[in-house]
Amino acid sequence: MTAETSKPGVAAAAEALTVRVWRGAESGAFQSFQIRLRANQTVLDVVTEIQREQDATLSYRFACRVGMCGSCAMVVNGRPRWTCRTRAAAVAEADVLTLEPLRNLPIVKDLAVDMEPFFEKWRKAHGYFEPGEDAAKDFALVSPDEPGRREADAGVECINCGVCYSACDVVSWNPDYLGPAALNRAWTLVNDVRDQGQDARLDAVSGDAGCHSCHSHMSCTEFCPKTLGPTFAIAGLKRATIGRALRRKG
Amino acid sequence: MSAATGLIRGSRRKPGFLAAMLHRLSGVALALFLPMHFIVLGLALGGAKDLDAFLQLTRAWPVRIAEWGLVTSLALHMALGLRILAIEFLSFRAKTASVVSVCCASAAAVGLLFLLGGA
Repeated sequence: MTAETSKPGVAAAAEALTVRVWRGAESGAFQSFQIRLRANQTVLDVVTEIQREQDATLSYRFACRVGMCGSCAMVVNGRPRWTCRTRAAAVAEADVLTLEPLRNLPIVKDLAVDMEPFFEKWRKAHGYFEPGEDAAKDFALVSPDEPGRREADAGVECINCGVCYSACDVVSWNPDYLGPAALNRAWTLVNDVRDQGQDARLDAVSGDAGCHSCHSHMSCTEFCPKTLGPTFAIAGLKRATIGRALRRKG
Repeated sequence: MSAATGLIRGSRRKPGFLAAMLHRLSGVALALFLPMHFIVLGLALGGAKDLDAFLQLTRAWPVRIAEWGLVTSLALHMALGLRILAIEFLSFRAKTASVVSVCCASAAAVGLLFLLGGA
C-alpha cells in the first residue's frame, strides 16, 4: 500500500470534484468535468465514471484495477501514479484533479500513450532471459540468501507501468536513454546465474544511452508504486560494467 | 497547448532534482574559479610584488563575499558528491529530502565557520 492510499481522512471526502482531463494527442487542451466525489474512490474510478456517464469518447487504459497489470498509470496533479491504487480524495488539491497522459511517451489519444518505445528499450537492454546454446542439464540451485538472488529479488516485482519512465528527467533530455525500467530488468538478469547472455547485455546497457547516463535524480525510485529502487539497480549496472572493463584491461 | 507543460514539472519539484542542480551549479562555480586560482598562483612565479598587489585586492568586501560563496559551494559540492557515492557504491537508501537537507545544512555550517574564522 502506498503512502497516499493510506492517508487519514480519505473517507471524509468532499462532495464535488473538478477533474481537468487532457484531451487530444501531442497538441490538445484540458477539458473540465464535475463529478461527485465518493469516499474511497480511486482516480481510475473517477476516469471511468467520466467515460461512462459524461463523455464516452474519453480514451484511457486499464485492465486489472488492483495494482498488478501496470496499465492505468497517468500523471495526476503533476506526478506519475498508478491510478487504480491512488485514492482521489488523497491526491486532489483544493478539490481539483488534473489528469495527463504519461510523459516521455507518444500520446495516442487523451490519457492513452503508446508503450511501444518503452518496451522496445527493454529489448535493447537485453531485458530477456538468455538460456544459451545448450539447454541446462539440471535445475540451477539458487539459495534465497545468495547476494545475487537478493539483488534480483529487489527488482523483479516490476509491473511495467511506465511510472519511472515518465518521471525520468534523463529520458526527457535524451529520448534514446534506455530508462529505469529496462535497466532495472537488465540488472535482475545480470544477477541470474542461469543466464548465458551477460556480455552482450552489459555491452547493451553501457552505451551512450545506457546506465552511465543516469544522474541519480532518484525520481524513478521516489515515484515507483511498487517501491522498487531502479536507481540502485542502475548503480549496480554501473559497477558491473566498470568492473568488467577493469578486468578486461587487467 | 501541449501536455506535460509547466516551467518546472511536478516530477522535477523533487529534492533529488534540486540536489542534482545544486551539485552541477556548484561544480560550474568551482570550474570557473580554478583557472583564476592558478593565475594567482602563477603571479608568485613573477615575484612577490605582483602577488602582494593581488592579495591586497582580496581584502575588499566583494572579494571576501565571493570567497565565502566559493567555500560554501565547495562544501556543498563535496557533500552532494558524497551522497551520490553513497547511493551508487553503498546502496544508501534514505529519505532524499532529509539527506539533501543535511548536505545543504553541512555546507551552510562550513560557510559559517569560514566567516567566524575571520574570512
